[in-house]
Amino acid sequence: MERKTVNVTIDGRSLDVEEGSTILLAAREFGIHIPTLCYLEHLSPYGGCRICVVEISNNGGGRTYIDTSCTHEVREGMVIQTGSPRIIRARKMLAELLVASAPNVKVAQDIAARMGLVKVRFPFEDNRCILCGLCIRMCYEQMDGKALGFVGRGMGRKVSMPFEVRPDTCRLCRGCDYVCPGVIVPCQGIKDPGELCGRCVRIEDMPTCCPMGTFGCFCEKNPL
Amino acid sequence: MRKIKSGCDLEKWREDILSKQKQNGVVISVCGGTGCHAYGCKKVKDEFAKTIRKKRNDQTIHLKFTGCRGFCERGPIVTIQPQGIFYQKVQEKDVPLILSETVEKGKILDHLLYEDLMTKQSVTSEKDIPFYKAQCRLVMGNNGLIEPTKIEDYIGIGGYQALAKALFQMKPDQIIEEIKSSGLRGRGGAGFPTGRKWEDCRKAPGEVKYIICNCDEGDPGAYMDRSLLEGSPHSVLEGMIIGAFAIGGSHGYIYVRHEYPLACKNAEKAIIQAGKAGLLGNNILGSGFSFDVEVAKGGGAFVCGESTALVASIEGRIGEPRSKQVHMVEQGLWGKPTNLNNVETWSNVPLIINKGSPWFSSIGTEKSKGTKIFSLVGKVKNTGLVEVPMGITLKEIIFDIGGGQRDGKPIKAVQTGGPSGGCIPASLFDLPVDFDSLTKVGSMMGSGGMIVMDEGTCMVDVAKYFVHFLQEESCGKCLPCREGLKRMGEILDRITEGKGDAGSLSLLEELGEVVADTSLCGLGKTAPNPVLSALRYFRSEFEAHVYQKKCPAAVCTPLIQYSISETDCTGCGACKKVCPTQAIQGDKKQSHRILEDLCSKCGSCKDVCKANAVMVQ
Repeated sequence: MERKTVNVTIDGRSLDVEEGSTILLAAREFGIHIPTLCYLEHLSPYGGCRICVVEISNNGGGRTYIDTSCTHEVREGMVIQTGSPRIIRARKMLAELLVASAPNVKVAQDIAARMGLVKVRFPFEDNRCILCGLCIRMCYEQMDGKALGFVGRGMGRKVSMPFEVRPDTCRLCRGCDYVCPGVIVPCQGIKDPGELCGRCVRIEDMPTCCPMGTFGCFCEKNPL
Repeated sequence: MRKIKSGCDLEKWREDILSKQKQNGVVISVCGGTGCHAYGCKKVKDEFAKTIRKKRNDQTIHLKFTGCRGFCERGPIVTIQPQGIFYQKVQEKDVPLILSETVEKGKILDHLLYEDLMTKQSVTSEKDIPFYKAQCRLVMGNNGLIEPTKIEDYIGIGGYQALAKALFQMKPDQIIEEIKSSGLRGRGGAGFPTGRKWEDCRKAPGEVKYIICNCDEGDPGAYMDRSLLEGSPHSVLEGMIIGAFAIGGSHGYIYVRHEYPLACKNAEKAIIQAGKAGLLGNNILGSGFSFDVEVAKGGGAFVCGESTALVASIEGRIGEPRSKQVHMVEQGLWGKPTNLNNVETWSNVPLIINKGSPWFSSIGTEKSKGTKIFSLVGKVKNTGLVEVPMGITLKEIIFDIGGGQRDGKPIKAVQTGGPSGGCIPASLFDLPVDFDSLTKVGSMMGSGGMIVMDEGTCMVDVAKYFVHFLQEESCGKCLPCREGLKRMGEILDRITEGKGDAGSLSLLEELGEVVADTSLCGLGKTAPNPVLSALRYFRSEFEAHVYQKKCPAAVCTPLIQYSISETDCTGCGACKKVCPTQAIQGDKKQSHRILEDLCSKCGSCKDVCKANAVMVQ
């Protein structure tokens, strides 16, 4: 079967990519790395963490706008930048916000280190849930459990079961656990609050912090 | 009620209604908007009804319970036609007097008239009141003329004429062309050209198409959508039916927050009435076109004003926005093409169809046509809903219509566009009000909130208030909006407590720009506007908080100190009596002083001091 393609430019490279694919998938197919957090293959894109933002121009010239690559579909003639100064600045700030709210979640630490953050300017909190919604989508889409969902709004938002009671539809499959980035053993590196260890990018310290290429780790073997 | 089966029938019905109205003598209209309800207009109306019934001369006196007239500050408002007398702040006890003096003898009651603040003269008729004089009430105008719950009233003033014209004299494409050439732009805030949206929705493939009216108005201090839906639900409905005919929609929703009970009730009544009259439902006016509307009540989340979140809410899911690359006009409600417009936009549609696009586009500026309703609130003398032509300057709105400063302090800024808008300094008050010029100065049209602030308002405090509002209203789905606004709120809290440091302002700016850049929906994208615009125009105030640890407007309590001037204090002891913390010492007739350690900075002493001896620094 012949695949229909559209021509897009990602980071200056002209690429023919499958029609209907997202910018993230198109970029990954050609080995262009875009960091993600709330995205997981085979789950529907959510667009919540905004880490995968890219700068898009519909026709190459004129106005550019920022959108998440995991939700944005490629269109003919699109010009995409995955690492423009505006994007780098935005991602750094997002990583800082993320790691400040959940410093003990490994993925947050990884992304912060990956973005080259050394200092967080916000007071640390100790959230274990980063509200990425992976567990909910896993439960709903893959396990047909429909046992989890978000409740509350804004800062009161949390993942919960209907009326906080485990419903019959939950078969205790642990799919939610499996995808949760918050349950991965957190980074052991931080000593003082406000500081980041950054060991994941220093190969000699790797074993204590990053047991080799687990989900979401960005060590030197897999650079930006 | 009779069932209308054709355009001629509708005209006949209108003639019947008008011929009945001609025989009538006096029409007393009591404003029944939510604002006047708070002032007790229901009691006034009941009193009128009771007294008129007693006198048994209902033949000559007609009582109307109309929609909001906009001048809510002066409620309850009563007008008497045909003389055109405008009474304000009418109480129950005034009713017999109005009936016996004004209605029977034609005498005008001076104490109920509006007094011009400048000339100190009483004004008899509505059109001479400065608040109304500069306005151009095309959309709001109907509110004062009709009883919202009576379809006959609306038919009487020419209602559903535009619908008949659209159904029988125009083709859908012609209607869209008419709307396009009128230059009507969405009144919900973003200002997207309405005609283009309709066209896109008409062209979108799909059998079923939905029409939605967005009345999820949540801005603090803005209530024009509510007033329109309450006061003239049939104009909204008529606009929607015309839109549905042009687009090919089969079903419509009016999305109203449940905090607007009167708007819900009136909209529901209007739908039932229009259905019974054959103006809604199957085979409208015998044209073969069918369209249904129902009211969908929202839970009152601010984010549900965002189109994708609104649709999610109607579908019964959590009111959360989604990525908007695929527009609503292609995939909206239940994945079907959906056309969503604001209440005010829909209300403009019958006007354009009736009077033609050249007339409509003659009002306003080059790129913004027609009128816009603003809710003018804050530190001005006259507050309420004002409908003005686009392109009017802020100065005219604030000083001519609003009457200028209220508390003797000069006006320093106006905040337009609700919590997502920005603060515009007084130096820019010559700015014409339209979509593009407001955006250019870092604010926005938004839904039309207009909060006037004077020297007694602290801009840091204002920015803090809006950030906290949005932080509470953020749905929490995306990180920059949820975490970013929280952090912005924290930084602003620290600044107003005098704990801000040198990096605070630059961090605030950087954070604001990233939140605006990366947020998922319009709420987050515009949320930093109040902070960024305040930082742009009132940076010195922020700097005073951070470096000098002073609040120039004397609002932020941790940064101010109360003291009593020794020379001015008469020793009357009034302040000592009201002080809740016993922080004031001093003997009778002797100068008093405030003990700083005990002072809770409530300001009660300043309020009671007749000698103006209490100073705030």
